[in-house]
Parts: sequence; C-alpha cells; structure tokens
Amino acid sequence: MNLILDLVLRLAVWMLLAPLLPGIINKVKARVAGRRGPPVLQLYYDLAKLWRKGVVLSTLASPGFVAGPAVAWVALTGAAMLMPLGPAGSILSFRGDVLLLIYLLALARFCTAWAAMETGSAFEGMGAAREVSYAVLAEAAIIAAVLSLSVQTGSVSLVTMLSPSAGAGAVLLAAGLFTVLLAENCRVPFDDPNTHLELTMIHEVMVLDHSGPPLAAILHGASVKLLLFALLLVQAVLPTGKSSPLVAAGALVAGVLVVTVSVGLVESFLARLAFRRVPLLLTTAFLFCLFALLVAWKGGAE
Amino acid sequence: MSGEALNLLIGLAMGLNLLALGTSRLPSLIRAMSAQGMLLGLMPLLLEAENLDWRILLVVLATLVGKGLVIPGLLRRAMRAANIEREIQPFLGYVPSLLLGACGTIAAVALARALPLLPEHARSLLVPGAIASVLTGFILMIGRVKAISQVCGYLILENGIYLFGLLLIHSTPWLVESGILLDVTVGVFIIGIIVDRIQRAFDSLDTRKLTTLRE
Repeated sequence: MNLILDLVLRLAVWMLLAPLLPGIINKVKARVAGRRGPPVLQLYYDLAKLWRKGVVLSTLASPGFVAGPAVAWVALTGAAMLMPLGPAGSILSFRGDVLLLIYLLALARFCTAWAAMETGSAFEGMGAAREVSYAVLAEAAIIAAVLSLSVQTGSVSLVTMLSPSAGAGAVLLAAGLFTVLLAENCRVPFDDPNTHLELTMIHEVMVLDHSGPPLAAILHGASVKLLLFALLLVQAVLPTGKSSPLVAAGALVAGVLVVTVSVGLVESFLARLAFRRVPLLLTTAFLFCLFALLVAWKGGAE
Repeated sequence: MSGEALNLLIGLAMGLNLLALGTSRLPSLIRAMSAQGMLLGLMPLLLEAENLDWRILLVVLATLVGKGLVIPGLLRRAMRAANIEREIQPFLGYVPSLLLGACGTIAAVALARALPLLPEHARSLLVPGAIASVLTGFILMIGRVKAISQVCGYLILENGIYLFGLLLIHSTPWLVESGILLDVTVGVFIIGIIVDRIQRAFDSLDTRKLTTLRE
C-alpha cells in the first residue's frame, strides 16, 4: 500500500513539475531579449489543448505511428522512476539499474525515430538520421560519465552512485554532462527548438507529422527527459547524500533551477553550431567525461 | 600543497594541449600555445618556493615575456605579413586528432606509473604532462598543412621538453634554461622570416607544395 502511494506521489511530481522547465527556459530567453515572453506555464496550456484535439493520421502510417510516442513516453517515465530524488531515494533500486536507465533512454529515442519514419516523408527521415548520429556521440559521453561515477563510488546502482559528489573530477564531469544535456534535449548549440526551417531542424522535424495526444506525449516526454538530465547532473556534482534531507532537497531544487537558467542563458548568447562542428563539441564532451573517469580511476588508486 | 597547485597547473596545460588540437583557428592555436608556455614558465616559482633567488625570478620573467609576448607576437606578425587565412587546414581532421591526443594523454598517465621515477615525483603529473605535450606537438606537426601551425606544434613540443626538464630543476644550471629560451625565440624569429619567404616564392604556405622544385 505504502509502495503504491509512493509510486503515485512520485509519478505526480514528475508529471506535474517536468513541463515547468521549458517554461522557465523560455522565460529566461525572453527576459534576456527584453521581451515579456510566454507565461511560465505555457507548456501546460499547450499540453491541455493538444490532449483535447483529434489526431490526423496518414493513410500510409502503420499503428507504430501512434505506438512510437506512447512507448517513448512510457520508457522516459520508467527512466524517471529509476532516478533517485535526493533525500527521497528512488522507488526501485537494484544493482545495475543505471544500465537500464541508459537503455530506456535509448529505447525512447528509437521509438521517436521509428514513429518519425512511419509517414514516409523525406524530412522526418532526415531528422531521424541526424538525431541518431548525434546520439551515438552523446551516448558515448554519458556512458563515460556513468563509468566515472561508478569507479568513484565502486557501485553500479544509481542511489549509491549519485549520493556523494563526483570528487576531484566534478568540474570536468559537470562540463561534460551539461553539454550532453544540451545535445540530448535538442537545445541550442546542437538544435534550435524554435526553428521551423525544415533543413535545419532535428527534433522538431521528427515530430512534424504528429498531432493531438501523440504530440502531447512527445512534448511531455521531452520535458521529462530534460528534468531527468538536470537531476542527473545536479546529483552527480553535489553531495546530496551527505547533508540533512531538508538541505539536500533545497540544494537539489536550487541546482535544477541553476541548470535550467543556464540552459536559457546558453540559448540566448550562443548561436547554433554548423553541422560539421557538432561532432567536435560532442567529442569534447566525451573527453571531459573520459578525463573525469581518469581522475576517478587515478584518485581511487592512490 | 605546492604539489597540488603544480598538478593543477599541469592539468591546465594538458587541457590547453587538447584545445590546441581541437581549434580550427590559427589565432586561438597561437593563444593556446603561448598560454601553455606562460603556465609552464610559472612552475619554477612553485617548485623552488623555499629558496627563491634573483636568477630564478629572472628566468621566470624571461620565460613569461618570451613565450607570452615575443613568440606569439612574432608569429602574428608573420601571419599578417604573409596574409595567411585564419583557418587551419588539417591533414588529420579535428576529431581524430583530438581523440588521438586524448588517447596519448591517457596513455601518458598510465605509462608514467610504470616508469621508475623518484619517490618525490611519483605523485606529480610532471612526467605525464611532459609526454602528453610532446605527443601533442608531434600530432600538430604531422597533421597540419600550414607552416605556422607546424611551428606551433614545435613550440608545444618544446614546452613538453621544458616540463620534463623541470624534473632536474636542481641539477640544471639556469644558464642552460635561459640558453634554450633564447634559442627558441631566435628559432621562431627565423621561422617568421622563412614563412614570409615561402609565401613569396610559392604563393602559399601549404607545405605539401614545397616538395616540387622550382627555378
């Protein structure tokens, strides 16, 4: 009974809080540009509106067109359930759950790409190809980051891995994970969430043919993913397990806010990179994580 | 405590190595190289913190001015005089050279543990930093087309050798250090002139074109 209550509570927190982050990012961007900007709760209104609308289905599309976003959303929510929430811990913790987390993220990406190609349009296929080719490099970086955390703590379960700070390599790890966060969530140096030029879009072009509730699931899933990565970054860097629950919770919320605002600032002050330069930046992120791994390994041996 | 600060400086120098490998602009390559030279120039102050005398201060000052101002100044002047485009053309792409440099750095750290070092040097990053810089210098010299970026590779290589020389700081006379510094400065000075000549004779600084003979 207690378990079910915990699960429902957690789901509610993730579902309700996640769409806040894109709103904050947009607000920061608007403020920096001197505009008033859309309300922070804009994504909630959008989701509610989309949920009431009907779905336009292509005659070519198989059931996978609707199943893709649904499976992706479930995979992302499952990944969110694995992520510990600071002092509250995680609902489901076992040896090697971090591997499941990585695979769930990959499954979500696969399903989005699959659904994108269902309509047989050339643009969606192009976007999916780009998304997947970036993901190869971003995944290498996140695996290196996870390895360095696991070497640091000598554990492969998220709760123990994320409770102490990342030690001497924390700065390296933070830089690497922040870059991965921007790449995985299609933020500015890699992709522009506001663009609607078909030739430059990545994530937006993949979801171009979706409408109504499936689009709502995709948008909500994207915000859950953003919150997931922000939490991973904050908990990897801050020693949330060491302090009292109240302080840790405060630090967690403040950390996520700082990450969100910095995403907004990065988006305001940086232009997106040319396509041929993106692999270089992602490789740099991978190297940051790799060197954090080196520091953890060398520091642990001495 | 001074060991920690030293390791931090060497870590920064290793980061600058990777920056030099990843950048696509000639001015930022020159900046990375000169910043690394200045970082290394500061190290004798940390190593010899107990017994500072005016000769050490003089060499440190000369290194800072030489590697931080004179050499980059000469290179920039050569760049202006020869009207070089700012883009570096790589033989070896940026991502492969960056990965190669990172592998080299990791190998250097791993290798340094296997070397029979003095106990007081075992924990310091001096040897890995030196090996990594030498490797970076090699990659830059082999993997870039423009003569100027090869010069930068040569200077990073020299930085690595200087770092290795810091191990022997107690037995190397300061005269030798200042002699090396003078040599490097004069070398860059001459290379600056040569670059200008190459540009006039071949209308390009592409070293691939230097293999064909001309009247």
